[in-house]
Amino acid sequence: MPEYQNLFTQVRVEAPSYPGVPLERERDNRERLGSGSHIQLFALLGNAQIGPVYLGFTGIASILFFTLGFTLIGWNMLVQVDYSPIEFIRQLFWLSLDPPSPKYGLSFPPMNEGGWWMLSGLFITISILLWWVRTYRRARALGMGTHVAWAFAAAIWLYLVLGFIRPLLMGSWSEAVPFGIFSHLDWTTAFSLRYGNLFYNPFHMLSIVFLYGSVLLFAMHGATILAVSRYGGEREIEQIYDRGTASERAALFWRWTMGFNATMESIHRWAWWFAVLTCITGGIGILLTGTVVDNWYLWGVKHGVAPAYPEIWGPVPDPAAGR
Amino acid sequence: MNFKTKILSGLPALAALVLLVGCERLPMDTAQIGYRGTGMEKVTNPRIVAAEAAKHVAPAPLDPVDGGGPRARDVYQNVQILGDLGIGEFNRLMVAMTQWIAPNESCGYCHNLANLADDSVYTKNTARRMLQMTWQINSDWKSHVADTGVTCYTCHRGQAVPAERWFADPPIRTAGRMLGNDNGQNKAGKASVVNSSLPFDPFTPFLLGSQEIRVTAKTALPTGHNVPIQQAEWTHGLMMHMSDGLGVGCVHCHNSRAFAQWDQSPPARITAWHGIRMVRDLNNQFMLPLTAGQPKNRLGPTGDIAKVNCATCHQGVNKPLNGASMVKAHPELMAAPKPAAKTSLLPAALIESAPAVR
Repeated sequence: MPEYQNLFTQVRVEAPSYPGVPLERERDNRERLGSGSHIQLFALLGNAQIGPVYLGFTGIASILFFTLGFTLIGWNMLVQVDYSPIEFIRQLFWLSLDPPSPKYGLSFPPMNEGGWWMLSGLFITISILLWWVRTYRRARALGMGTHVAWAFAAAIWLYLVLGFIRPLLMGSWSEAVPFGIFSHLDWTTAFSLRYGNLFYNPFHMLSIVFLYGSVLLFAMHGATILAVSRYGGEREIEQIYDRGTASERAALFWRWTMGFNATMESIHRWAWWFAVLTCITGGIGILLTGTVVDNWYLWGVKHGVAPAYPEIWGPVPDPAAGR
Repeated sequence: MNFKTKILSGLPALAALVLLVGCERLPMDTAQIGYRGTGMEKVTNPRIVAAEAAKHVAPAPLDPVDGGGPRARDVYQNVQILGDLGIGEFNRLMVAMTQWIAPNESCGYCHNLANLADDSVYTKNTARRMLQMTWQINSDWKSHVADTGVTCYTCHRGQAVPAERWFADPPIRTAGRMLGNDNGQNKAGKASVVNSSLPFDPFTPFLLGSQEIRVTAKTALPTGHNVPIQQAEWTHGLMMHMSDGLGVGCVHCHNSRAFAQWDQSPPARITAWHGIRMVRDLNNQFMLPLTAGQPKNRLGPTGDIAKVNCATCHQGVNKPLNGASMVKAHPELMAAPKPAAKTSLLPAALIESAPAVR
């Protein structure tokens, strides 16, 4: 029996390339790129078979727009370091393509003062939306449900709130997030400072609950399945309708340890909703900030969310008060 | 598990260890400075504190002298602002200033040795203005320096130009191009903002100009407080400098759960508030007007004079020289001499009847 106490896949099924199930429409069968090749290194983490890949119109258009948007960001960063490849690598985490400054509001700024950010954002947004269509249509073509597409849509919701919907409501593109590794983290800090501590935003709280909850559920589920794989537990779909000793043992384990267990089916609903709600609640929290609530700490005090602590320094008056 | 997979499993652990080499070695000293459970803690690295301790020791004062005897203005020529000092006090101060500012170059750093009264050496004019600045700090900015006060040594530390100073950055080369605008931020290795990617010249708007530092809304719901998020990044940049310059974390002055709220803040925030205004005052009233007399090598890349920021005095500690009050041994640096005694072209009676400026 294979052991599952390892980082890497222990069971490798060696088989000829599998082109995939035959589909109803001729073009769904035809538009597959390559017949699949095998890379043994990939078998450490997943399946050794790579391909066939389906590109289609949305796939090609999406890759094209993403490349365009991504390259615009990279090119701007490259000019920021005077085309020096060494500096580009050294400063990569610092470099950024920033949104327009506040004075431009919702108008289109000069190219070098946010115009490139607008274009990159537009291209990448088009690319993401096309990729969403692709996930939806490929799922449909395979006769699957569209759960992946809707989960992806939740992430797109958060992305659009940050970069499009909220700036629109605030009347300025400058409110949007920069494209850069440190710079988008700076934006997050600045956002929280400007709006009086995002931790007091209840939707931010919910989003964190679902985010950490997702992590916890993923760990619990992954661990459970690996732990009962010796009884055939990794055949989850089969175990859903034909509960075997793997399911029984896993379920009893959780009832013993925490009194309640999810089932082989419901655990996936738990996981899907936790992941999706992370983005949905997060997006709502961002959308309310600045538009409806201006200072989350003061909001928290007003509604009894933020606790009061004893004063230990004596009064610390604002020196600017009354000036 | 065969040997190969064992080796492979070790790789991520090794990679994680490599990432830790940039960190300071534990343990840190942690002191609680606020109400329990609120994370208000002063964290210091005892090894770094010990290594830098020598940097923050005030030198022993010169032996005191009798303040009597003839006045300096009656003995020397062209003593414009220190004329009221006794000759002993005056010479003692000159010796102290030499030790504090130009220990190697000695008197000749500021004086024409052939004629000490000569004003042609630019450093002499600068020094005169700096003495007036010291008086102003010690008398008008007690809200920041309290009775501890400052002397030349607080900033100079035995160097002609204080180690911690700032110049305006040259305009970015990419500004005139079609792309590559770095927006005055997003640069690696900028000491002004402690190597963060925040706007790297927070000094010009906040410590030279009087741009509003506060960005947080004052009401729970929107009431027309239209400060853009980008403004908060500039403020954050200034705070990075203050934190680094004083060797403290955010919670030295702020309660991190509500940065803007004064009723939540430690009292050090009031001292810092006055400090920011003091630095603005010094830069505008004393540093900028000295620009014209400086030689090129003393000026920054845009031709501006070296200016003061928090680190100029603090140099990495919360209280400069760990709170030692050097000015106690130099009472002549506490405040400008009384106007009546000032060397002036105007008759004393006229000065006394003039309305107070401040």
